[in-house]
Amino acid sequence: MSEIKKFMYVNRKAPYGTIYAWEALEVVLIGAAFEQDVSLAFMDDGVYQLIKGQDTTGIGMKNFSPTYSALGDYEITKIYVEKESLEERGLTLDDLQHLVWEDEDEDWAEKDSIRLVSRSELADVLATQDVLFNF
Amino acid sequence: MGSIEANGKSYETDEEGYLADLNSWDKDVAEVMANLDDCELTDNHWEVINFLREYYEEYQIAPAVRVLTKAIGKKLGKDKGNSKYLYELFPYGPAKQACKYAGLPKPTGCV
Repeated sequence: MSEIKKFMYVNRKAPYGTIYAWEALEVVLIGAAFEQDVSLAFMDDGVYQLIKGQDTTGIGMKNFSPTYSALGDYEITKIYVEKESLEERGLTLDDLQHLVWEDEDEDWAEKDSIRLVSRSELADVLATQDVLFNF
Repeated sequence: MGSIEANGKSYETDEEGYLADLNSWDKDVAEVMANLDDCELTDNHWEVINFLREYYEEYQIAPAVRVLTKAIGKKLGKDKGNSKYLYELFPYGPAKQACKYAGLPKPTGCV
């Protein structure tokens, strides 16, 4: 078996208005099939991607925010959110969707996927990755 | 683009035979699609098709086969949540073929 690499997808843009957020999500879902160690990071306007209660009826784009809840099924269990980015936008963790994954080894116990980290903690996590994808 | 006829109704499809509009789906078109593949839909097939429609409704994506297998195992039991069982029902690939009959787009990342 080939060596497992640490892949991180960094999301920095608001969910709609550009195609970056949706494209990132599709790449993440496709990449998950390769059984690597995948994690996601949300910073800058990227934190808006995880806001709960999104409604896109006025802008004619598909509301893909429910798809973030499927990440756990794809065994993506590490979703880093940068604390400063939330604060700068007047947001807290309560404004975001509650994302969980189910641990098959513990009778499908639900565990939190989102990890709130400071800018410097996130920098440390970024430094340990083998591959970074920026969106 | 193409189309498929079922029970006197016409359904628009993409170039690979997936329904163009998810909301136009009904059981008749699923049966016709299956018959075109020489497949007779049984209760076991419907269990998977209905599961996929619910999954799409909730998450807005068609799951990858690995995810489907695991989720079916959780919902319907280990004897059904394995590739052997699912490939016997859907020999062209459980995600691909079952998604087609369920009126969903082709699963993301499926070639």
